[in-house]
Amino acid sequence: MNSSGTHRDKAKAALNKPASFGEDIDLTAYTSPPEEYTHPSHPSQLPAKDKEKMLGAGIIIDNPSQRIGTFIQVDNVPLHSSVRQEGIEVMAISEAFKKYDWLLDYWWRAVAVDTDKYTASVELNPHNGYFIRALPRSKTIYPVQACLYLSKARISQNVHNIIIAEENSELHIITGCTTALKNEPALHLGISEFYIKRGAKITFTMIHNWNPEIAVRPRSGAIVEENGLFLSNYVLMRPVRSLQMYPTARCVGENSVVRHNSILVATPGSSLDVGSRAILNARGARTEIVSRAITTGGIIVARGYIEGNAPEVKGHLECRGLILSEGGVIHAIPELRGTIPGIDLSHEAAVGKIAEEEVEYLMARGLTRSEATATIVRGFLKVDIEGLPPVLSTELRRAIESSEKDLM
Amino acid sequence: MSEIVLSIEGLRVEVEGKEILRNINLQLKRGETHVLFGPNGSGKTTLLMTIMGFPKYKVTGGKIVFKGEDITALPLDERARLGIGMSFQRPPVVRGVKTRDMLLACLRGRPEGTNVDKLAEKADLVNFLDRDINYHFSGGEIKRSELLQLLAQKPELVLLDEPESGVDLVNIALIGKLINELLEKDCPIPERKCTGLIITHTGHILDYVNVRTGYVMCDGVIGCEGDPHEILSTIRDKGYGECIRCFTRRASLG
Repeated sequence: MNSSGTHRDKAKAALNKPASFGEDIDLTAYTSPPEEYTHPSHPSQLPAKDKEKMLGAGIIIDNPSQRIGTFIQVDNVPLHSSVRQEGIEVMAISEAFKKYDWLLDYWWRAVAVDTDKYTASVELNPHNGYFIRALPRSKTIYPVQACLYLSKARISQNVHNIIIAEENSELHIITGCTTALKNEPALHLGISEFYIKRGAKITFTMIHNWNPEIAVRPRSGAIVEENGLFLSNYVLMRPVRSLQMYPTARCVGENSVVRHNSILVATPGSSLDVGSRAILNARGARTEIVSRAITTGGIIVARGYIEGNAPEVKGHLECRGLILSEGGVIHAIPELRGTIPGIDLSHEAAVGKIAEEEVEYLMARGLTRSEATATIVRGFLKVDIEGLPPVLSTELRRAIESSEKDLM
Repeated sequence: MSEIVLSIEGLRVEVEGKEILRNINLQLKRGETHVLFGPNGSGKTTLLMTIMGFPKYKVTGGKIVFKGEDITALPLDERARLGIGMSFQRPPVVRGVKTRDMLLACLRGRPEGTNVDKLAEKADLVNFLDRDINYHFSGGEIKRSELLQLLAQKPELVLLDEPESGVDLVNIALIGKLINELLEKDCPIPERKCTGLIITHTGHILDYVNVRTGYVMCDGVIGCEGDPHEILSTIRDKGYGECIRCFTRRASLG
């Protein structure tokens, strides 16, 4: 990719720098094969089992009438990109670099290249990724879908994505990251940089469906300008070996808004260290961070961080955890930091088992114990997300409900 | 002769090792509504929770018979499905579970097509259907929501725990109306399918709901039985202190 020498130098210096959080992944255990992908040239010709896997992560390959654009990358090769609406651009990041000289201005601006060895590794050994952009005043009703698919064992998929909503535009994205592998190891390193210009809006809904041997290290950053809105939803309901991420959104424009919602399930053997961070640097900026974490035997560290550095900023952090089985651990770490007077930051965190009083209340209405428990868990996972188009609310609900039964 | 719906014989109950109810005997016939008065802490709620079957309330003696079946050992949910329903004084908040979800749960097994919104209109709770159950509900809203759930559940035996407590004057008339609908007060007694047991500390609910028999419970024992308005009048004039003195006098006489 067309990265600068400075970026490469910084990356080289950080190549052995462990991440601040999460298990240290040995990058030498994974390979980066050359671009040798041999699947069909159009996603409609993909094997049915791959399409089914993608569908489970919200990616519709056949008849995607409710998608205005599609990007598919399998392992380290972009397979397809298309768009059906004027004013919206969807392409592989390598193509975008050929088209736009200015793209380098956005490269590693929302995420630091030397954050840790994973960002460094993506810079030094890049495997493409996607570029999605809404031109000024362009608005989408249906989302763009982007799929990052792992099909080969023991590879490291290193992608770098840039998403830009130009002034007063509105862009909805659903991204599904999933794998054909059943129980074989692989690594997914994904850099995503979001730029929400003045008056623009991005909703980004990410569904991860991995397997019990896959390690995942996404690194995301967002810069939100005046009156901009960044709404990020993350859903992980299936087993994964190790996932650590802490996306950071910076509100740099007055009255900009960031909302993060995460729904996490850790099955036995899964280790998740997931948080969301919002830095409120402009007057009147607001944020709301909500996470719901359930363990059926895995380990979850649920982090949240809000920093208020400007007048009249407001932020609320809500972290709730439910331990459904012995052996499960949830460690909630909500943090607030205020540096000036006149800010309003708050948090609430609760970790526990299902309250017996609630189960009995539902049983008194005639539900069996297991029905009552299922109703409460379903309710726990139901997060009211303001600002998401109906089609994405439905997709999100479907992704959650399809896995709910496995929790009981 | 009306069918006896609920028969309680020699019931003794303990909670966390402490005996709360002693030798309770009570019979309710189909279509009748009875009221149980008593000071705070006398054991009224314990009696309702025990009839409903909450596991924390341990029956150490006697039995509870519902529609001819000994339900003393029957689990809570099975009792609910058998036709017992309860309105709680302080129900828990269940985050994420909407009022609508609760109503649908209460409607289980009932004919499809019941219009939940129409049902909610009766309790003036249409705007609460998509809110988490009991979350930030006022006292009156909680009571109306409890009664609404019972209207959906349609139990044959309704247990109402302090339905008027924490309710303002505007709400109490609607609460009374909902209770009367639940207990089919517009039908002649022989045609009613629903039987009610109301517990109350203040007795205000009797201004809105007609009941057949009143009882007074003190210190885990039902001490007297009679005309509910006469009993309430005595309580209003002389307070529960007089009831306790009366109980003590009679106990000392054997």
